[in-house]
Amino acid sequence: MTLAPQESRPDQVDLVTVTIDDIAVQVPKGTLVIRVAEQMGIEIPRFCDHPLLDPVAACRMCLIEIEGMPKPQPSCAITVTDGMVVRTQRTSEVADQAQEGVMEFLLLNHPLDCPICDKGGECPLQNQAMSAGRGETRFEGHKRTFPKPINVSAQILLDRERCVSCARCTRFADQIAGDPMLELLERGAQQQVGVAEDAPFDSYFSGNTIQICPVGALTSSLYRFRSRPFDLVSTPTACEHCASGCALRTDVRRGEVTRRLAWDDPQVNEEWNCDKGRFAFKYLHEGRVESPLVREDGELRPASWPEALDMAARGLAAADGRVGVLTGGRLTREDAYAYAKFARSVVHSDDIDFRSRIATDEEAAFLSSSIAGRGLGPTYADLDAAPAVVLVGFEPEDESPIVFLRLRRAARAGSLRVLGVSAQRTRGLEKMHGEWVPCQPGREALMLRAALEGSDDHGIAAALREPGAVLLVGERLAAVPGALSAAAALADSTGASLGWVPRRAGERGALDAGALSGVLPGGRSLTDPQARAEVAAVWGVDPDSLPRYAGHRGTSAIATAATRVIAEDDEPAPATALLIAAVDPADDPAGERLLQAVDSSAFVVAVSTHHTEITERADVVFPVAVVAEKAGSFTDWEGRVRAFGPAIRGSQAVTDGRVLAMIADAMDMPFGVGDVAQLRAELSALDGFSGARTTAPDTRAEEPAGSGLRLASWRLLLDRGDLQEGEPHLAATARPTAALMSSATAKAQGVSDAATVRVIGPRGSVEVPLELGDVAHDTVWLPMYSPGCSILLDLGARPGDIISVERGASA
Amino acid sequence: MSTPLTPVITEHWDVPDLFTLEGYRRTGGYTALARALTMDPDAIIGEVKESGLRGRGGAGFPTGLKWSFVPQGDGKPHYLVVNADESEPGACKDVPIMIANPHALIEGVIITSFAIRAEHAFIYIRGEVPEAIRRVAHAVREAEVAGLIGTNILGSGFDLKVTVHSGAGAYICGEETALLDSLEGYRGQPRLKPPFPAVAGLYASPTVVNNVETITNIPWIINNGVDWFRQFGTEKSPGFKVFAVSGHVRRPGIYEAPLGITMRELLDYAGGMRDGSEVKFWVPGGSSVPMLTAEHLDVPLTYEAMAEVGTMLGTGTPMVFDQTVSVVKAVTRWLEFYKHESCGKCTPCREGTYWITGVLKRFEEGQGNDPDLDLLNQLCSQIMGRSFCALGDAAATPYPAAVKLFRDEFLQATTTPVDESFDPALSYVFNEVAAR
Repeated sequence: MTLAPQESRPDQVDLVTVTIDDIAVQVPKGTLVIRVAEQMGIEIPRFCDHPLLDPVAACRMCLIEIEGMPKPQPSCAITVTDGMVVRTQRTSEVADQAQEGVMEFLLLNHPLDCPICDKGGECPLQNQAMSAGRGETRFEGHKRTFPKPINVSAQILLDRERCVSCARCTRFADQIAGDPMLELLERGAQQQVGVAEDAPFDSYFSGNTIQICPVGALTSSLYRFRSRPFDLVSTPTACEHCASGCALRTDVRRGEVTRRLAWDDPQVNEEWNCDKGRFAFKYLHEGRVESPLVREDGELRPASWPEALDMAARGLAAADGRVGVLTGGRLTREDAYAYAKFARSVVHSDDIDFRSRIATDEEAAFLSSSIAGRGLGPTYADLDAAPAVVLVGFEPEDESPIVFLRLRRAARAGSLRVLGVSAQRTRGLEKMHGEWVPCQPGREALMLRAALEGSDDHGIAAALREPGAVLLVGERLAAVPGALSAAAALADSTGASLGWVPRRAGERGALDAGALSGVLPGGRSLTDPQARAEVAAVWGVDPDSLPRYAGHRGTSAIATAATRVIAEDDEPAPATALLIAAVDPADDPAGERLLQAVDSSAFVVAVSTHHTEITERADVVFPVAVVAEKAGSFTDWEGRVRAFGPAIRGSQAVTDGRVLAMIADAMDMPFGVGDVAQLRAELSALDGFSGARTTAPDTRAEEPAGSGLRLASWRLLLDRGDLQEGEPHLAATARPTAALMSSATAKAQGVSDAATVRVIGPRGSVEVPLELGDVAHDTVWLPMYSPGCSILLDLGARPGDIISVERGASA
Repeated sequence: MSTPLTPVITEHWDVPDLFTLEGYRRTGGYTALARALTMDPDAIIGEVKESGLRGRGGAGFPTGLKWSFVPQGDGKPHYLVVNADESEPGACKDVPIMIANPHALIEGVIITSFAIRAEHAFIYIRGEVPEAIRRVAHAVREAEVAGLIGTNILGSGFDLKVTVHSGAGAYICGEETALLDSLEGYRGQPRLKPPFPAVAGLYASPTVVNNVETITNIPWIINNGVDWFRQFGTEKSPGFKVFAVSGHVRRPGIYEAPLGITMRELLDYAGGMRDGSEVKFWVPGGSSVPMLTAEHLDVPLTYEAMAEVGTMLGTGTPMVFDQTVSVVKAVTRWLEFYKHESCGKCTPCREGTYWITGVLKRFEEGQGNDPDLDLLNQLCSQIMGRSFCALGDAAATPYPAAVKLFRDEFLQATTTPVDESFDPALSYVFNEVAAR
């Protein structure tokens, strides 16, 4: 029997023969004994061992006998050698006794509070005590106790008396997250996990420690005492918070999502996820639209489905060809596709965009030429294998945390060099052992252009020329004219693979599904005859009925276009309409304009899970299912489809696709039933376009206008985002709002000794604490949308804009 | 015909200023260094190997062999770390060496560093003995001023930096890998082996960790040669040893003698047992080795002979107890020590010492149970060989030997508190000390 990990090819690795419990197997040299046993189906009990953490051999539970060694050995820390003969508890009295002894010791100071412990029922200690422990205790002394529990962060609670000192949590914090705030303290039986007084465990990844804790020592404020594992109905799902693509397990109790865990996907998130994905789900059940609403005499009132559908159908039909469709970045791939299809085939409009954020025509051209419909890659595995990764306009720890974990892992292993082109030397970059390439916001395009022309001083082009190198650009690079053009050209000329990492989970799927003007499903061009024919065939319509020219782009532009027609002449204005899905005006630099446009648009249909500023202004509102109530899929930044089923079974909520199908039906237009099965089938029929692609944009990189202090900004992972509503413990672990400047810039501005600064933008100002750090020259960094600081709403500024700074009022 | 004492390391301890560079030089100090620097480093390793010198910290690992494990020409920095964290109950030999003759240690450090091609040596001294730290730190400064430490030592082209580091009060930091963690600024807990320190030790670089007494032997071996060294001791345990005798003897103290001397002879040198007292039990080298009784007084104090009678030479610092001492109480005190010093990393040591100590306390209070005698043996066997490092093994050592030899005394402690059976006042040695 030969056991080899799937990825490694047997002809490339040295195999050794090892015998475990009289069964001889061949395995790659250097494999840990416990892993070999696992692959053979022999279960050796363990607590401290975790395949993704460095071995520590502390718990001593996995002791086995190795021929020729005088003492039992920890199988989690011994690598196999050729001819090694191993006996586990199945065939060795010594190993069996050793394990039984360790189990007895582990239970010594462990409280018998399983009936009230969150972990009871899914507890490795409980399970292995049943299989490897003795029924009755021989211990007659007093158990060690601690006051319970302590907060190691606002979210994570620690019951120290339950801890078995396996050091999984501390190793996770140190090795995986790079946030070594958790540490073992004291010694002997008093050894305990703890944090420094002024340094809580505010890691973006803290929740993983709860999941890998082999006992109930770590619990979350959110889930503690809320449920027992056997009362939960669990479903494998995908995370809706960002484009990392985490596999999750969603646990539902009495029809409500009660807990979410990272699920195992070795190709994507391994066994980890971030705290947002784990803890931010209260929004699912709060502030929901419960029934269709229609506007009557200026007021929204509940309505029946037929009434609302009829009203929507009439309004949209009247505006045929002049309907703006705004999908937002949060829809599933199937729902986004339904909008793409509805826009072109039902209301004959190409005014569609998923980008309710800073977005440009250059970006749309870039996405169309370089990203849309191109399939898988670069992937996480490519990041693992890359000699160098260059990040531009992208802060992985905040904007795609699993990308961060992968880059950190490869950098920690010493195989990867990370270059971060950024306004700030971030903590994230340090944790990836990255090299900082300081770049004032707005100058990214110039820097990439310089690399392209061979005149960069930072070795960017040289790094990208190494075989296997990856250039990762964030969606916010769209804000810098010429940057995406230069990035595509640089990747082309160096041979590096180019990854585009949007923030929202639905963006890549929406792009591939054609929810962008000029782009049909599968990355097809609207103006390409072959593409039109293929799409029309699947949709069962005449290719000539599809819009001929690309429509408006950008959320507010589309919305404004829908209103502009009214003001143009004295003739009775042709009707216009807006069909708006999961759009958050706070994301949009022109969010106010968007709302004004919605206000003045002739007819607005909102399809929404929650009551929002858009639904308040709509003429017809349809309630739809949240992710937990439906099947669907997201496409992660790699282009990998992450399908999921409904976590809440039997929900009455319908999907966006079904709502659109019902409207189309009411309009007497062919659409199909619009359920997930139909939409998926059509999507796969439209997969793989072989025709010509559009050409990449070639926007010039320019010296940014104006001079003075520039604003740098991105969204922190934990901020004021809508989907984080209702979870104060999570919010309490967010990074505090502060303005970051270099000490030289602060000095030049005369604020170096100020506790707070007032940052002034075109519209207004914010006063926030000042922190000095490694920030590009003449640059102030602010969080984009954090408590006490929204650069769009408060300052009216976008990243790269000129702002000014003065000393704050508080000393 | 008794074995004569052989003062070598301790020969000049009566020179009042021996701890100074001048005093040490007057007694022939640093002549070995001058000689060593003219030798080929590999030849020094070879000579120490041939001398058969074994580590004096307790385990008795052959020193030259340990040095030869350091990969040479690997391009990495090498380190010498002197384990001066002498914390074993009953052990008091390294601290006196450092106080009386710090320069001998430093000379050994320089020669050893030269041999293993280390350019930085560390002396990790137990934090509770500021006298030793001050003496060694002072001696290092003197040696630096004299050009014995620094760049181009004695014109040889060899550079060496010596750092004196103070421990912070943890027995576990005497374990070599925990010591390295502590030295690097981490919590002192033992590391996984392999890799062994000789390959990846301090800062993941090849490192030799040696005991104070081991290193202090080196200058004499270099000056006098292998044959001279091997005239002392036995084939398997060559050389001399700084024995530190303590307990109910008339003259507790340091006696340097060839390995192979018997406890009876050492007792004679120590003036015998105090008046009206006889040997009840003794340990040859700290609390971490199994105890012996009067019937073992004629067993040679060598690594091999001690192993034959089921114990270990350990640190070579015999503690002798007379009939006034309750073995139950002695074992309980030792276990309390191990419980207090267990680092907490591994389950058997952390939990086992907690459990055993609790049971022993019941015996001490006269509330032990007969079945607990076997339970304790089982608990010790659940620790022995299962713990992460030797601390657990050490903690599992005293009881099994004690109950084998003195089962009745434990049985007595199921009914009678030990302080009633053994009046503590009788075991005190305050009067004897006052009389001296």
